[in-house]
Amino acid sequence: MSAPGRLVETLAAWLLGALWLLPLAYAVWTAFHPREFSARFVPTAPLTLLNFVEAWNAAPFARYLINTVALVTIILVAQLLLCTLAAYAFARYEFVGRDLAFLLVLVQLMIMPDVLIVENYRTMNRLGLVDTIVAIGLPYMASAFGIFLLRQTFKTVPKELDEAARVEGAGALQTLWKVYVPLARPVYVAYALVSVSYHWNNFLWPLIVTNSVTSRPLTVGLQVFSSTDQGVDWSIITAATLLTSAPLLGAFLLFQRQFVQSFMRAGIR
Amino acid sequence: MNRNLTGWLLLLPAALLLVTFTHYPALGTLYHSLFSTPKAGRAAVWVGLDNYQAMAADPVFWQSLKNNLLFALGTIPTSIALALAMALLVNGKLRGRAFLRLSYFTPTILPMIAVANIWLFFFTPGYGLLEQVTGLFGLPTHNWLGSRDTALACLIAVTIWKEAGFFMIFYLAALQSIAPVLGEAASLEGAGRWYFFRRVTFPLLMPTTLFVLVNAVINSFRLVDHIVVMTRGGPDNASQLLLYYIYDVGFKFWDTAYAAALTMVLLVILAAFALGQFVLLDRRVHYR
Repeated sequence: MSAPGRLVETLAAWLLGALWLLPLAYAVWTAFHPREFSARFVPTAPLTLLNFVEAWNAAPFARYLINTVALVTIILVAQLLLCTLAAYAFARYEFVGRDLAFLLVLVQLMIMPDVLIVENYRTMNRLGLVDTIVAIGLPYMASAFGIFLLRQTFKTVPKELDEAARVEGAGALQTLWKVYVPLARPVYVAYALVSVSYHWNNFLWPLIVTNSVTSRPLTVGLQVFSSTDQGVDWSIITAATLLTSAPLLGAFLLFQRQFVQSFMRAGIR
Repeated sequence: MNRNLTGWLLLLPAALLLVTFTHYPALGTLYHSLFSTPKAGRAAVWVGLDNYQAMAADPVFWQSLKNNLLFALGTIPTSIALALAMALLVNGKLRGRAFLRLSYFTPTILPMIAVANIWLFFFTPGYGLLEQVTGLFGLPTHNWLGSRDTALACLIAVTIWKEAGFFMIFYLAALQSIAPVLGEAASLEGAGRWYFFRRVTFPLLMPTTLFVLVNAVINSFRLVDHIVVMTRGGPDNASQLLLYYIYDVGFKFWDTAYAAALTMVLLVILAAFALGQFVLLDRRVHYR
């Protein structure tokens, strides 16, 4: 390629990159500087951590953090368990109604729990689960995406390995645990990262189904915090925003390669 | 043990939850949309298609449907084109490639609700960053989120920003699986880069484009988190989207029967899209 062409491309890439980082950079500036510099970009402005201290003290973020960690953990454990069992059934068992059942599972790829909020709230109400962490997680635990992904993976496991395990006297669950699960490890890691980021960031359903500090995740807590009359104190709101995103962002920066590869792996199927 | 039985037993736990929280509510939506909303001391009564008639006469519903279409048209092509451009850029040899990949992808792992707060600040009239920039050019101040003409466009911009890097990942993965031999052969034959992209790369990326397209369409009916923070559907319903309207009706006015009727519209749109995808496109592209 010609040198000017390359230069234009590099410039375009960097311009786009700058544009994409701008909102985050803007938030970092505002959160780490005193209020009077929240929208004034003076290089000599003094740095401060007071905004974070104020935000942390103004709302029970510690509690929200615990709730979110509990939420993503519960969902992930349930998803791994349920999806593994179901995927194994679809990949290696010929049972009556299998194809229809699989089609019914795929329905959830299109009609996600995110759009069934009205009816699912009714169900949670009837089950007496409103305002619990379990209620936030329940609709997502049997994940069509997880079942699909693991089924594809299990199908690539050579049947001979399965048969060998059976000959050794292993039952269905033992074979699954000893043969399939270890071979699917990278897919499990990929799925786990995607699931954790999704549910760490999920908002609308948790907003609907929770109404107290004891069950609210960080995302809902942040919204409650920034929409109550803070007098639009941007320094504190951006500090709270960064606090909310920090754990996932930190993990992402530490394990970039795994994150990116996981999202790739989950996408190509 | 009977293999038939084992198969079903393995499937049972997941099936139970799927039926309870996907299939049952989908049917329940239809059922409840044919009844009135129960009020204190008055149980729900059968009203037939009354809720749908009310919907047909509801200007806010039509507005939200129109907005949602505009939102889909505004976000889908642009975010996919940008994603492809980003992937092509960072797939080549480029200064700071790793850093650029990172910056494109970062919005994906940030909570929408959090970035919406940042963008809200960005769009603030008077001293927000956007106003400061337009002010440099001597443009008059404008209330971006508070004006009927620009509120939806702002939401579209945020959504594109959030999604493009996510879609880029899939293009990047696909680009890396294209054999370099193809490019070498093409350049030996004297094919230009644009010609190569049009005739080789783009067709090879077709399955990825379809996959991304499906995701983008679903997202355009699913993403409303930023509305809660940035506009609440306003001003004057100018940025009202279907799912956000359902949330408003169902959980602010507690008119659950009408919310069910509105949800039916959303379900029909998604089902029609799924069916179209199933019939029109090669099934192997996604589900093999």
